[in-house]
Amino acid sequence: MAQNTRFKIAKRVAQELEEGQIVNLGIGIPTLVPQFLGDKRVFLQSENGLLGIGPSPTEEELDIDLINAGKEPVTAISGASYFNSADSFALIRGGHVDVAILGILEVDVKGEIANWAVPDQPILGVGGAMDLVAGAKKVIIAATLFDKNGKSKLVQNLSYKTSGVRNVDLFVSDYAVFQFDNEGVKVLEILEDMTLKELSEKVGIQLEYVDSILGIPK
Amino acid sequence: MNKLIEASEVRNLVKNGDTLLVGGFGLSGSPLTLIYDLLNSDVEDLTIVSNNLGEDGQGLHKLFEAGKLKKIIGSFFTTNKPVVHAWQQGEIEIKLVPQGTLAEAIRAGGAGIGGFYTKTAVGTELAFGKEERLIDGERYIFEQAIKGDVSFVRAAKADKLGNLVYHTTARNFNPMVATAGKIVIAEVDEIVEVGELDAEHIVTPHAYVDYIVKSNFIKKGGEYVGTKYTI
Repeated sequence: MAQNTRFKIAKRVAQELEEGQIVNLGIGIPTLVPQFLGDKRVFLQSENGLLGIGPSPTEEELDIDLINAGKEPVTAISGASYFNSADSFALIRGGHVDVAILGILEVDVKGEIANWAVPDQPILGVGGAMDLVAGAKKVIIAATLFDKNGKSKLVQNLSYKTSGVRNVDLFVSDYAVFQFDNEGVKVLEILEDMTLKELSEKVGIQLEYVDSILGIPK
Repeated sequence: MNKLIEASEVRNLVKNGDTLLVGGFGLSGSPLTLIYDLLNSDVEDLTIVSNNLGEDGQGLHKLFEAGKLKKIIGSFFTTNKPVVHAWQQGEIEIKLVPQGTLAEAIRAGGAGIGGFYTKTAVGTELAFGKEERLIDGERYIFEQAIKGDVSFVRAAKADKLGNLVYHTTARNFNPMVATAGKIVIAEVDEIVEVGELDAEHIVTPHAYVDYIVKSNFIKKGGEYVGTKYTI
């Protein structure tokens, strides 16, 4: 995947975050979001017990104890706090994390996601994925719309194993931003030079704009 | 009451078929000295409860390599390739638990709570066979508490009573693990006199800790380096 595609998605996700929010970032594209926040300040939470993740450490600052949930070395910002894993997931499950930004394998038209297990492949890990899906106040998906074989990740029905019954709020992809509500998926914004009809054909699902009821497509 | 023991005494505290609760997130906060002492014993058929199995070739993974493990309960083993392979061959049993559920189950185990209802994993493969119930209109599943025979804890400092303080994210699962084993052994970087730890900063009170072992590892930036011996 081209780096500029990843940056494009991360930059658009950054627009969704608000000053002062508590945010949990999944691995991959989500980790690129902070560099597009500009003057907006958010607090990054890590499942392994840190609120206030700072930048990557210098050689001198490197400390094997201090890592993020992806097991990469990190630093802690001024005002950060450490806590145990049970308290960390109390933050997550208890709805005290404002936004979780996650990657996916698939999302269905209702907003249910699969982001942990691939059939017929040995993925013996779930980590904190299901806790984040169940508990974060808002879940934003940051991922390319198509997998490396060109297959749409937005699908009618999940073919991979579900991560939970909770529907996500937003899917920011390289082609479009999708919003999920009680009526299912709607297109909030198209980010490529294409029409809604062309996007629908490429995805293989008849899509409509969020505001189409009012007759004012964005 | 002297809780200080030598690392080489750890092997005598673990029996065949025991369930071991082990703190750590990858290698961060992993009680390496305690784990590696078991390599000197004949103990086998162990069940390990830990978020990960160390890293490929390091930490708890060495107990797997030595053929001492029967079952592993935790949240993430994908990066331990040989473990994944052994599981595919039916050589080892693995129970996958969401990370937050694992932490809460150990906490409950140590707190005399039989189990709890959680929204995590509702409707997924990991909820299979679990009791479901509606609370305030939302779906929850029942998760049973986890307890162990022996707990391996890694902390930064202990006083001679066994009060523990931790360092940054090396805390992770360790404080819960310290509550839920019949025998609790804490590996620490430093042992200080009673009274030297600020009572406001103690995370694990000494009531939970049975034995204290001085770590054979010191931190050098991005790794733990063995001071006495490494295996």
